[in-house]
Amino acid sequence: MPLPRSASALSPPGLLFAGLGLFLLVTPFMTLAANRIVAGEGLRAWALAGPGATGAGLAAIVAGLLFGAQNVRRRLRLGGAAIGLCGLFWLIVRGAPALLDGAGDYARVSPAAGFWALLMVFLLLMADALAQLSPGPLLRGGLLALGLAVLALLLGSGVLSDLSIAQEFASRKSAFVAATLRHLGLAFGSLAAAALIGFPLGILCHRKARLRRTVLPMLSFLQTIPSLAMFGIMIPILGWVGASVPGARTLGIAGIGFAPAFLALVLYSLLPVVGNTVAGLAAAPPAALEAARGMGMTVGQRLLRVELPLGLPVLLAGLRIVLVQNIGLAVIAGLIGGGGYGTFVFQGLNQTATDLILLGALPTVLLALVSAIVMDILVDLVRATPEARP
Amino acid sequence: MRIGTILRPALIVVLIALVLRPTWFAPVFAPFAPAGGPVIYDRASLLSLSLSHLTLVVLASAAATLVAVTLAILVTRPAGAAFRPLSRTITNMGQTFPPVAVLALAVPMLGFGAGPTLVALFLYGLLPIFENAMTGLSTLPPATIEAARGIGLNRWQRLIRVELPLALPVMLTGIRLSVVISLGTATIGSTVAARTLGEVIIAGLLTNNTAYVLQGGLIVGLFAVLIYDALVQLEARLISRTGG
Repeated sequence: MPLPRSASALSPPGLLFAGLGLFLLVTPFMTLAANRIVAGEGLRAWALAGPGATGAGLAAIVAGLLFGAQNVRRRLRLGGAAIGLCGLFWLIVRGAPALLDGAGDYARVSPAAGFWALLMVFLLLMADALAQLSPGPLLRGGLLALGLAVLALLLGSGVLSDLSIAQEFASRKSAFVAATLRHLGLAFGSLAAAALIGFPLGILCHRKARLRRTVLPMLSFLQTIPSLAMFGIMIPILGWVGASVPGARTLGIAGIGFAPAFLALVLYSLLPVVGNTVAGLAAAPPAALEAARGMGMTVGQRLLRVELPLGLPVLLAGLRIVLVQNIGLAVIAGLIGGGGYGTFVFQGLNQTATDLILLGALPTVLLALVSAIVMDILVDLVRATPEARP
Repeated sequence: MRIGTILRPALIVVLIALVLRPTWFAPVFAPFAPAGGPVIYDRASLLSLSLSHLTLVVLASAAATLVAVTLAILVTRPAGAAFRPLSRTITNMGQTFPPVAVLALAVPMLGFGAGPTLVALFLYGLLPIFENAMTGLSTLPPATIEAARGIGLNRWQRLIRVELPLALPVMLTGIRLSVVISLGTATIGSTVAARTLGEVIIAGLLTNNTAYVLQGGLIVGLFAVLIYDALVQLEARLISRTGG
């Protein structure tokens, strides 16, 4: 690669990443601990395995950082991020068995701060390179699918099974599946319920200014109540419903568990849904409404054929906020017996078992990120259609 | 708003009573306590828990405001333009990180106690403030900036006397969002052994004592609602003053 001469040939964020990345390379990359609970010993990247194995990984990381720092070929920046990520995982995959070799039966290896920080650097580099290329929604969807497929392949192939977080997973496979289903049920179920209540309420609020002036401030106050308090306050309310309304208990409504968590999430979701429905419907240009009225459309027809289609991107943006927010908040359900990934997080915090915390926190973060990207793609897609179809 | 003028002082009085004279509320919470169990949380003074909770939030929010506004100023200068797309990506992606996950992930690196909570509150608090400060500073009316340049203000004077005051209401909205999130996250901080009001709720959950849960929940909820309301009032006053 010819060295770039002028300043514009270098990407300032890329230079920042390169400096940061090179610094992070000398921080501990993996941890080797005698057992599950004790604090381990941090090992630098070049001390993980033989020079043949670590050399390739280190070279890939440095090359990735250099490709990311230039600004001449922008696609190469994206490639640099991919090469760097390969290097990171190569070091983990080759390092884990080498470290465990002869370290005792209970020994555990896990990625350390250096790995996580470098992972962050390369993901940000990738995001920055992508933002520069500004791909369309379909291409972004394809790239997301590719990324998830690579991740699934990596996890499924078993090359990471020496890591301690994989061992936590292996001993809790069925609990993990149950937690995943429960977490998804809480997040998507409350989204659906909030949409069922919120869309009609939003349409009513759009029509009646007086209703809007009472409902929206009330919902925003609801939104400010800290999640733990909200989940807690739901317990006596639903406990009372479960005890006094006939048939409620057979539906699974009780003071602790799924029901209070679900209700709390629905309450939190109402503001983004109702607020964005009102904003989306109000965004229809007066000329379009006038034209619809001139064509003799009734109020209902105007709503269905003009206001809703024009406001759809804003409505979907509201659902994006709700989904991402609820995936995060559903973690709190773990504290009130509601299940989900929060169970692992809080168990891990109680036992000071870092890997168990990660087993709960990492899937939550991944789920939230993927949902945000998918919803952004959907918003872009619906935003593009009304203009293409006059 | 007539409801507000009556409700606001009433809620403040209730909150003060809940924190300073919790025993007054024993008859209210008694039906929720387990038979023969304690009704009012007495393992720590509610006042000291409230103070340490609010201190965490104030420290984290002050630090986050300072850093986020500085970063937003740097990024909106011509020299920082190259970092603008990146900073937008970071705020978008960062805000999808659940606050609880940030808190949980801070523990392995920093251990238990107030430290990880403070760091998590600070990191998470940066994003809404930065986002709003950037919006505020980059959507100023060009005519005003031009006029400021015309009367001979240099860059620094323009920033201090024109841009920052004009962007202040939008920035305050960001600070309000960040404070509300911090109040909530600090509550969860008690699961990593930070001294906050969440302790009361957690103690209630662990011992199946709904009275504790309600007591803690009410205090935290009232704090959040009243602080949110105070910040909204402050914003409204600022907007009416700048004539926005």
